[in-house]
Amino acid sequence: MRYFADWIIENLEFTRAIPSEYVYLIIMVVGGLLLLLFVVPMAGALTFVERRVAGKMQSRIGPNRVGPQGIFQFVADGVKLILKEDIIPTAADRRLFKLAPYIVFVGSFLTFAALPFSQKLIAADLNIGILYIFAVSSMVVVGIIMSGWASNNNLSLLGGMRSAAQIISYEVPQILSVLAVILLTGTLGMQGTIKAQGWAPQHWFLFHNPFAFIAFFVFFISAVAECNRIPFDIPEAESELVSGYNTEYSGFRFGLFFLAEFANVYVISAVAVTLFLGGWNTPFYLPTGIWGLLPSAVNLAGLITFLIKTFVLVFVCMWLRWTLPRLRVDQLMTVGWKYMVPIAFFNLVGTAVWMLVWGDKSIAALLGG
Amino acid sequence: MELIDYLPIFILLIIAVLFVGGTILVSHMVGRRKYGKEKMSPYESGMIPVGDARRRFSVKFYVVAILFVIFDIEVVFMYPWAVIFKKLGVFGFVEMMIFIAILLVGFIYIWKKGALEWA
Repeated sequence: MRYFADWIIENLEFTRAIPSEYVYLIIMVVGGLLLLLFVVPMAGALTFVERRVAGKMQSRIGPNRVGPQGIFQFVADGVKLILKEDIIPTAADRRLFKLAPYIVFVGSFLTFAALPFSQKLIAADLNIGILYIFAVSSMVVVGIIMSGWASNNNLSLLGGMRSAAQIISYEVPQILSVLAVILLTGTLGMQGTIKAQGWAPQHWFLFHNPFAFIAFFVFFISAVAECNRIPFDIPEAESELVSGYNTEYSGFRFGLFFLAEFANVYVISAVAVTLFLGGWNTPFYLPTGIWGLLPSAVNLAGLITFLIKTFVLVFVCMWLRWTLPRLRVDQLMTVGWKYMVPIAFFNLVGTAVWMLVWGDKSIAALLGG
Repeated sequence: MELIDYLPIFILLIIAVLFVGGTILVSHMVGRRKYGKEKMSPYESGMIPVGDARRRFSVKFYVVAILFVIFDIEVVFMYPWAVIFKKLGVFGFVEMMIFIAILLVGFIYIWKKGALEWA
């Protein structure tokens, strides 16, 4: 974001009349609004894509009435949600009930601040990027347990408690598996992690060494579990808990939970792409100097590469959802604590040994001599 | 890394809160409102609700929460270590192995104690 701000101040004459602090501020606000304009329609469109994908997988058609092939279905759904009655049950704890959607949505939206989109396109390239993403996305748990408890409904309460238990259980293997990548790069920054990889698959951390390969799967499975998606969707198992923690929510309050869920699917895919799949790396390099902001062909290529990889992973999430059955609560905890955590520890030690023996050389580098 | 690098996050926070507040407000204003006693009661799949949800729940949730706190804090210790691992070399490796060994002893203990059994 600062890169763009500097470029605009340097190259656009009329901005010189205004103090640069204000220009920074305006650019950041505009950038933030653009990000919102990306996140909300994207999350909405994903709900539509998911329904179509589900349709294909179950040999039916799926929504195809609103607009060509039904692509405006999510707009219609959004309008419908806004027009719905806004209900707060009398038994509910009104203040917490109202606060919960804020926390859930803000928690998932703020992660986008540190997500890279291309070489230069990132809201805030923090030096603690990945740690920040974990910290902020953990806020969602607070919102979920708050909504479950405040609804004062047995189904919501159970859904909220299960969800919280599940998310915190899978958080441990998730952040442990990321340690394998941090060992290799020696940085927590998202852009730094991507720069440490190359455009070709053998330079991705996924294929760096066997431990990183396992770490990717540990990370991705835990991340899917953190999103409360099938096969880990115990918290909102329709057949037993109606809709789980958001049973009592209606109108756009419910819509916000929904948006946050799909935004989270994008976030975990983008983080996985950043850490393991080479991020925006393209065979082209970014020209500097006089080209400034509009080297953009390369920047754009990076953006497209990143989005394609991310949406492939998003599709994998949907694929899992419509292929696998739901786990039981005890199975879920067993998988989390008795399999994922030990595997993640094993990975961590393995990567450290690899680093001691071969430095940060990858398998490809070792084979290539 | 300066404080200004965190400014976008603050701005995003404000934008997100305004978006949530705005949409809920619009939804509240344009949505139809026709409330009744039945509609405002907790949803119980059509049954008349018995009692409320201010009940006790399984102690397992607390156990999981405590395990999470312990493990999460241990893992947070490993993050700085991982970042400077290349500089620390063998010394850092041995030290962290001792740390992980202690952690694993605890892990095996809670496993044997049955804290990880849910059923």
